[in-house]
Amino acid sequence: MKEKKLIYKIRDNFFPVAGLFATIISLGVLFVLIIDVFKDGYLRLNWQFLTSYPSRIPEKAGILSAWVGTLWIMVLTAFLIFPIGVASGIYLEEYAKPGKIKDFLEINISNLAGVPSIIYGLLGLQIFVYSFKMDRSILAGALTLSLVVLPIVIVATRESLKAVPISLREASFALGANKLQTVIFQVLPSAFSGILSGVILAMSRAIGETAPLITIGALTYIAFLPTGPFTTEFPFITFKGLRDFFTVLPIQVFNWVSRPQKGFHANAAAGIIILLIISLFINFLAIYLRIKFEKYMRRK
Amino acid sequence: MKINKNKIIEKITEGALFISASLSIFVTIGIIIVLLFETIEFFKEVPLIKFFTEKQWTPLFEDKHFGILPLLNATILTSLISMIVAISFGLTIAVFISEYIKPEKRMILKPIMEILAVVPTVVYGYFALLFVTPLLQKIFPDISTFNALSPGIVMGFMIIPIIATMSDDAMQAVPKWLREGGYALGANKFQVTTGVVIPSALSGIMASFILGVSRAVGETMIVTIAAGQMPNFTFNVLEPMETITAYIVQVSLGDTPAGTLEFKTIFAAGMTLFVLTFVLNIISYFLKSKYRERYR
Amino acid sequence: MEEKNIRIEAKNFSAYYNDKIALKEVNFKIYSNKITAIIGPSGCGKSTFLRSINRMNDLIENFSVTGELLLDNKNIYEKETDVIDLRKRVGMVFQKPNPFPKSIFENIAYGLKIHKMYQNYDDLYMKIENSLKEAALWDEVKDDLNKSAFDLSGGQQQRLCIARALVIKPEVILMDEPTASLDPISTAKIEELIVKLKEHYTIVIVTHNMQQAARVSDYSAFFMQGEMIEYDETAKIFTAPSNKLTEEYITGRFG
Repeated sequence: MKEKKLIYKIRDNFFPVAGLFATIISLGVLFVLIIDVFKDGYLRLNWQFLTSYPSRIPEKAGILSAWVGTLWIMVLTAFLIFPIGVASGIYLEEYAKPGKIKDFLEINISNLAGVPSIIYGLLGLQIFVYSFKMDRSILAGALTLSLVVLPIVIVATRESLKAVPISLREASFALGANKLQTVIFQVLPSAFSGILSGVILAMSRAIGETAPLITIGALTYIAFLPTGPFTTEFPFITFKGLRDFFTVLPIQVFNWVSRPQKGFHANAAAGIIILLIISLFINFLAIYLRIKFEKYMRRK
Repeated sequence: MKINKNKIIEKITEGALFISASLSIFVTIGIIIVLLFETIEFFKEVPLIKFFTEKQWTPLFEDKHFGILPLLNATILTSLISMIVAISFGLTIAVFISEYIKPEKRMILKPIMEILAVVPTVVYGYFALLFVTPLLQKIFPDISTFNALSPGIVMGFMIIPIIATMSDDAMQAVPKWLREGGYALGANKFQVTTGVVIPSALSGIMASFILGVSRAVGETMIVTIAAGQMPNFTFNVLEPMETITAYIVQVSLGDTPAGTLEFKTIFAAGMTLFVLTFVLNIISYFLKSKYRERYR
Repeated sequence: MEEKNIRIEAKNFSAYYNDKIALKEVNFKIYSNKITAIIGPSGCGKSTFLRSINRMNDLIENFSVTGELLLDNKNIYEKETDVIDLRKRVGMVFQKPNPFPKSIFENIAYGLKIHKMYQNYDDLYMKIENSLKEAALWDEVKDDLNKSAFDLSGGQQQRLCIARALVIKPEVILMDEPTASLDPISTAKIEELIVKLKEHYTIVIVTHNMQQAARVSDYSAFFMQGEMIEYDETAKIFTAPSNKLTEEYITGRFG
């Protein structure tokens, strides 16, 4: 009888104890990872590291071309995914009638979200780099990454639109507004912070993506910057840089990790610190917006 | 007339939105055509039977062999290791946050867990190669610098949030009255959790497992960095091996001109990967819609 | 007896969701500048009928109708009907107050803006002021028109929704249990308002609350299981119903 009671006690406490344990271990791993990287790389973090090109000598190498490349890719990707992702989400949630076409689109997007990113790299290589003759340019890289993260934006847009109550749409329709007016003036403003959160989440994914860019042939050693977008002559802006070769932070890190010398590993760790700061910051921004959105929705 | 103008604008907008949404179809078609085209070219030179039965993969050597088995084996082994970690941790965490803690704590814990999925994969690669492998060396002295075990474990941690959040969502979707039915019969929390909640949420939980496998199979940087680039056909997880994804990276890093047989190999490897993940994604999708429908 | 203009008329009007019948051959005349109450147990089709008048049911997949539903002698379900114009003429107030998540001012301005019904800002402001006065809300909010509509109480929100419907000058106002989610004091204010509004508008109100129907309406229709059982002057329905079912319902035997 006493033994049985003990077994019951162990059984009833299994999930609280194991759950807590698993949670702590998982977050512990994250913690150890951050500490380890910081320990390995903090000495290399200085102004010179941020403003130098890669070099054969670890102490002289920096991430200038890498972070500039990342910035270019990010801005471009954001411009590409925002309109297309949001438009697709609006179509599926507000316009598409239930039926075969909608089902097909849904299955397709859900599958695309699960296609390994490296496959998008193969697609980008054949279509953008070779067929459209973009070469290994920033534009080819941004287009490829846009396809990788597009499903995230579409899904987030749909979830946000779904959270907008029907009563709001009814109020607008009852006043004689048409669908477009209802969507633009009532539904989208209400869903906006949720949608934005999804776009930012997609950006944080894109920042860390390495494989598809390696596959389209982004170089690992770049000792120059793309042509800047601003000029002194009218119209003060140029898109020449889109055609330039590039590298990004995670590729630079990969390149340094792959080398046997300890000095390069320290560089990799320092690069990782920068990369982590950027992607965690962006991710927190996305979470903040999502929580704000959920609170806003609960007011109704 | 004003009304007609509005109607035209409405139609044009709907058309534009539809075109955006169908873009995703073209992406899928693009992937299939690109992969299929080069894969067919590849099989014109390499017989299908050799691709699936030969135990050597040496397209970059003098003595060329094109057996996908070593790559497939490495992919499956690393995925298996990661799934052992991800399922045991992920499911336990899911049950814990769904059934045992207060909703407010759950709302905080979930986004924190998500950070594990946000860390860029090169970072995990670095961690596996330079922290976990040396640690494992203390337990298994003969482990190689590149091996399947270390990236497998690390990949598992990356996948925990996928399983934890998706399973948690599935368990949250189990209606309250089902739980109450269990309690009304005098069951305690453990019995309700294992006897009512988990079985009711099973299709959602399975969907999360399968999506996790799909992620593991397609994961690239962790295994490229920490498992190495040697297409070894072995079941010893302490040895270096090369996954399908790592092979594609290896070739992409080199200067392989389009049209060569080496170039075509990455598409044949990519096709294998695509088919694998496609099947997994579709199964996961239907399992997920099953539980969504049940408790609508 | 005062003269009666027919504003809305249903002739053998039936409605279906998929193949399920929701309204069966309803015949019914609604008079101008009167308040017509539709009462009946839940699921009797009263909301379906109300939402047919401004075609809100169009938003539901597989909704279809047969027969005729006339507004000023023109069939609402005719192919040529412009739904936008119809909804401009037939305003609606919902069960739960549903202001837009915007300021009080913007809530009312929305209808004027989408229909381009104002000349300049002064005109816009004046129209908003007038509609708020008409809805007996002006005195409570005039100093704070930029306040979020969500900061108002439930009763105030519902009057805001009424003002929002009034500002685009509809001819008919549909009310779908407008006080169902309000406290008794707010309910009394809204009822008072409804009675005042009939001077300028034709009002159709669906209600669960029989006392409310008795208090505010001139005519009452009793619906059950998709059929209109009885329709008459409210006074008569509540004192001497001719149908047994009506009598049982209003005396609370079921419902």
